[in-house]
Amino acid sequence: MENQELIPHLFRTEYRKITSVLSKAFGLQHIEIAQDIASDTFLLASEIWGIKGAPDNPVAWLYTVARNKARDYLRRDKLFKDKISAGIMYSSETTEEIEIDLSDQNIADSQLQMMFAISHPSIPIEAQIGLSLTILCGFGINEIAAAFLTNKENITKRLYRAREKLREHGVKMEFPGADEVDSRLEAVMRTLYLLFNEGYYAAGRDVTLRRDVCLEAMWLTRLLTENPGTDKPPVSALLALMCFHASRFEARTNLQGETVLYEDQDDKLWDAELIVHGEYYLNRSSIGHQLSKYHLEAAIGYWHTIKSDTPEKWQRILQYYNHLLIIEYSPIAALNRTYALSKANGKPEAIREAEKLNLADNHLYHSLLGELYTGIDNVRAVSHFQTALSIAKSKADQAVISKKIAKLGIS
Amino acid sequence: MKDFMFVFRSEPSLLADRSPEELQANMQRWMDWIGGIAAQGKLIDRGNRLGFEGKVVGPTQVITDGPFIEIKESIGGYTMVKAESLEEAAEMAKGCPILNIGGNVEVRPIDTM
Repeated sequence: MENQELIPHLFRTEYRKITSVLSKAFGLQHIEIAQDIASDTFLLASEIWGIKGAPDNPVAWLYTVARNKARDYLRRDKLFKDKISAGIMYSSETTEEIEIDLSDQNIADSQLQMMFAISHPSIPIEAQIGLSLTILCGFGINEIAAAFLTNKENITKRLYRAREKLREHGVKMEFPGADEVDSRLEAVMRTLYLLFNEGYYAAGRDVTLRRDVCLEAMWLTRLLTENPGTDKPPVSALLALMCFHASRFEARTNLQGETVLYEDQDDKLWDAELIVHGEYYLNRSSIGHQLSKYHLEAAIGYWHTIKSDTPEKWQRILQYYNHLLIIEYSPIAALNRTYALSKANGKPEAIREAEKLNLADNHLYHSLLGELYTGIDNVRAVSHFQTALSIAKSKADQAVISKKIAKLGIS
Repeated sequence: MKDFMFVFRSEPSLLADRSPEELQANMQRWMDWIGGIAAQGKLIDRGNRLGFEGKVVGPTQVITDGPFIEIKESIGGYTMVKAESLEEAAEMAKGCPILNIGGNVEVRPIDTM
């Protein structure tokens, strides 16, 4: 691997490990110092490797440098030392002997503990996503701003406030006790689910970047399946649904960067390997008695990997959406359920149900009605698509709707 | 929005001789109906179905088998929803599959006081 690719690659995989291990050693309230040391390590790597070439074992090099920088920091910063020496486990020894444990086991544990800390219920969800993207996924401020169509200042402020929250609430890096592991794991899954969705549905046009967000969310979810304490059936279900969705990543955007709707996608572009992974985790999730919303969404995702429209497919999808809505209402599930209803039981029934949904300020609601009225009452269909067009915010959505209107040929 | 309870009544024997396919179809109709309410964000609790056997404890602490054996309509279950008015709630109940087999739905406001 060339240096140009090597450092970004290692940054993505190793930054989070170094930051997590150091945060655990220093205490989470000093997370900025951990992040600074991790960043400095990569800065040094880029300078030295640029001149001398990459070392034989770049990862070991990074760990050694990070460990030394952490020790230097502790030695130098008397104030910091005094502040944390009470809290650190090696308080009786001199700071030079502080052990920065970069073993595989401690790296894995630290990352999991970081996931629990970031998903702590006291942290607002927007802050959880921001922290996950920087600390757990190793994204830079610029990348996050580009992915979410906002500016650097906004992201910086959001992250600053998020770290303040961690301190305010005294969040610690530790595994939750047996009595609360299920609810805390629930929160971690929710963060990862939203993280994945941010990548999958974000408005930003940089497709590669958005795919990376999705892949990182999947990587973190897999980390949960690899630890016996967190390897619960809903986690496998969550990973399965991510695999099924991600399998369509290539097919859902065309060469012009425009969105391709599910029914128009070329299924040869679907990633067969990811579908197989999805099936593996779906099977893995089907033990125990718990039917989580992730199970239902994974099952819906599975049926979407079968391209042909059979009555069974849409009947199954409809029933899963019914279950899903009974567990937890969401506008998007309500709209998707109504679409499945039209496929399973016909458009007239779906129109009757759609009109009860009370989602008139949602552009997807009008797109759905436009779709349902197409072929039944094209004038009404166009009228709904036009309403959708006037509400839709993203360029990609507007382009899809405009195409629908053009297809109907009335204006 | 107010809370309402749907109380389902039907004759227990009506479902007794149905084929598995009919039972499956019946279950799907129920799911579609409840799913439709949930899609409007108006489902509070899908509730429970009740077993047909039962006992009734009378004023003198006499325990008898449920009186519903003799009457045509026994309570089969309940579901809780929210709606703007009793009228709207009753309108929602119109889609209940129990109506297709000669049962009925009693719609009652839940007094939260």
